[in-house]
Amino acid sequence: MIRARRGRLLQVAAPFAVALVALAAWQTLVTVNDIPPYLVPAPWLVAKTLYADRVLLLHSLGTTLGIALAALAIATVAGVVVALLFVQSRWIEASLFPYAILVQVTPIVAIAPLIIIWVRDTRAALVLCAVVVAIFPIISNTTLGLRSVDRGLLDLFRLARATRWQTLWRLRVPSALPYFFGGLRIASGLALIGAVVAEFVAGTGGQGAGLAYQILLAGIQLNIPRLFAALVLIAAAGVALFAAMVALSHLALARWHESELRPEA
Amino acid sequence: MTPLPIVELSGVSRTYDTGTRALDAVELAVHRGEFLTLVGPSGCGKSTLLHLIAGLAQPTTGRIAWWGDGLATTGGAGRRIALVFQAPTLMPWASLATNVRLPLDLARTPRAAADAAVTDVLARVGLAQFAKQLPRQLSGGMQMRASLARALVTEPDLLLMDEPFGALDEFTRQRLDVELLALWSAQRFTVVFVTHSIQEAVFLSTRVAVMAAHPGRLVDAWPIDEPFPRDDAFRVSARFAQYAGRLSASVARASAQALPDSAIA
Repeated sequence: MIRARRGRLLQVAAPFAVALVALAAWQTLVTVNDIPPYLVPAPWLVAKTLYADRVLLLHSLGTTLGIALAALAIATVAGVVVALLFVQSRWIEASLFPYAILVQVTPIVAIAPLIIIWVRDTRAALVLCAVVVAIFPIISNTTLGLRSVDRGLLDLFRLARATRWQTLWRLRVPSALPYFFGGLRIASGLALIGAVVAEFVAGTGGQGAGLAYQILLAGIQLNIPRLFAALVLIAAAGVALFAAMVALSHLALARWHESELRPEA
Repeated sequence: MTPLPIVELSGVSRTYDTGTRALDAVELAVHRGEFLTLVGPSGCGKSTLLHLIAGLAQPTTGRIAWWGDGLATTGGAGRRIALVFQAPTLMPWASLATNVRLPLDLARTPRAAADAAVTDVLARVGLAQFAKQLPRQLSGGMQMRASLARALVTEPDLLLMDEPFGALDEFTRQRLDVELLALWSAQRFTVVFVTHSIQEAVFLSTRVAVMAAHPGRLVDAWPIDEPFPRDDAFRVSARFAQYAGRLSASVARASAQALPDSAIA
């Protein structure tokens, strides 16, 4: 019990200590060497900028996060549908899987301009770009999971003359859940990356400008402290998204799956 | 007139796609109410034979008749076949009760009838108070009992068991053997049991069939003419040793026969 608590403390305290030391070193180096803020701003200045520009930056964060979440939702639904289609027959999978890989390996920066030209609504175009980036891990993990079914259980279902629907719903889907959640974790990070990259390419400013636009603009204006502040927000958003997916996975699997079980004390 | 065998295999061979001959010209009749055990060295096709009897695989040549009519119906009323594997093969996400009622659910048994059957069978295998537990919360022996309960819940006519207690420790295995015999004596279903253990075969069976490998075939059959119930006193009796000795010699002969073939292969 005490050891478990100490383990938890270590998990939180150790990274926190590293951050503290790094920030202190950074602050000291910048101050001592008198490095100008347009090259490397001190952490304290970044924090002050983050606070001063909070309305602008949080608004942009809302835009970017909105796009990433919409993309993640669409990628999840579409990816699962595609995976369900794949496991219906080896033929469908063999015919279509190469194209799923094609979507995965094509750099989003290369196809984003096209998507932005083709899709009239900018927001929809950005979401679509992020979906393209995020969907592959969902498809491949869910497909793998739907196929990773215990052979013995499959035999029992055959012996009982189970319908295809019964086998899918009562056996394949539950077996696939751990794999699906693994894919979801990766996809959550990719959706955010996709949203930011698409914003960069689109370069849309104005009222609904995302964090990428703020970074772009701050770079041009040499407002490096604001650039750093925007970076901090993107990183924090990514970590929060990941943590949310981990929590979701824990909620769904904690009762039975090995990956979520605590080691015996 | 003697009643028709419950399953009859005539000249059954099974060749894999790779060309390996798993079973060669098997002649076997399983009679109603008997406890038939298959023993033999690994690679003699015991599991393949069980799969064929279950109707989960088709013979390459030869014919299998179930209930005397040659129809490969394994799901019809009063003609139920149940299967127990070496591993418990339970769904890790579902409670014991849900696992045990799986065959009933797949057959769309009305809820009230299914509930009653599950409660009854869990009581018979001594798991009544564990109905709501998940498989991982139980010991290996208890999981195996749940697996047995799942097989018995449909009140099968034919119970096929593929080394069901092989992964358990000796004490648990012996206790489960005794429990299995009690259930068998009470309900008089037919059992085809596969094991590596000559002691287990002698203790349980009314008849033991010896198999040889490369290619897998039936070479011998020994009746065990001992009254039931059998208990631990039988295990240490001179008669038991006699049966076991005869059977060991037979298995040794079967293994020796296999040598020239396997040397060529």
